[in-house]
Amino acid sequence: MERVTLERKVLSENDRIAASLRARFAQHNILCLNLISSPGSGKTSLLERTLESFDRRERVAVLTGDIQTENDAKRLARFGFPVKQITTSGTCHLDARMIEKALLDWRLEDIDLLLIENVGNLVCPSTYDLGEGAKLVVLSVTEGEDKPLKYPSIFFKSELLILNKIDLLPYVPFDISAAEENSRSVHRDIEIVRVSCQTRQGMTEWLAWLDRKREILRTAASAV
Amino acid sequence: MHEMGIVNSVLDAIRAETRRFPGGHIYKVGVRIGELAGVNPDAMSFCFEALVRGTELEPLVLEIEYCPRRCQCLACGYLYTAAQEDSACPECGMRGSQFLGGDELDLAYLEVENGARNAGT
Repeated sequence: MERVTLERKVLSENDRIAASLRARFAQHNILCLNLISSPGSGKTSLLERTLESFDRRERVAVLTGDIQTENDAKRLARFGFPVKQITTSGTCHLDARMIEKALLDWRLEDIDLLLIENVGNLVCPSTYDLGEGAKLVVLSVTEGEDKPLKYPSIFFKSELLILNKIDLLPYVPFDISAAEENSRSVHRDIEIVRVSCQTRQGMTEWLAWLDRKREILRTAASAV
Repeated sequence: MHEMGIVNSVLDAIRAETRRFPGGHIYKVGVRIGELAGVNPDAMSFCFEALVRGTELEPLVLEIEYCPRRCQCLACGYLYTAAQEDSACPECGMRGSQFLGGDELDLAYLEVENGARNAGT
């Protein structure tokens, strides 16, 4: 009997493709964001509000993942930006190979901002690196303020928490301060914005966060 | 439930490693799963049994080392394992400690029987 030490990542193949995507995004100065939430938290609505706020000349593209249907791509395509649906046929998350394949017929030099809407699921998508610059987690006030404690992985790995549907706060027993504190107990430095995709409350803060991230990337690119 | 895909990645790695041990049989694989990896050890074991059964890999055992969140308090420097519900420092109560580990998803080791390591690999 012999014990052989391996000491490598289980998902090393996914990580290899993700690293190659990350390098290509860096080469073309693309900010890539991976949006993750449970189903129905409002990822698509947030993207609708985001795309409608952009000037048509913005070089934005969207990949949206679902197990079935092209519904989300149809909802998002009406803003005039390139949108592609990735249907996973049962798989509960996007992986790096799906992103690589979806990007095959897009020219990366025409994109500055790539928004990826992951499959609605608070667990599995957190395990797969897509080559993104940052993960974002969306949590809506109709869920529960203890979600960050129940599903720590995604809150730990996300740079920004978007608390959505805050227009419903008067009608639901959701303790928003507890939700924020729970998120920070899992991830000390997580940034938080509160939004409503219905009333557009908080959209300014969210778009400012996005601008800040894009500015950081532009500054870094021009310094090279 | 993405453990099936993760187990497939583990088995792919084992099949690739088999070539390094001509005449040997890999009978155990050690995997390290952190609490923050987003992987359920029970589901992983279940998928592992299902995917190994009836294949050339039998009898292959999966050994999982489950790793809790490890933190260091920024205020008092105390090193501790964070409880499931609360990551506050048990010494001084301060929240927002520095994260040291607990998000692993690693292929740690194999145990091989009667297999000479293939020289040059």
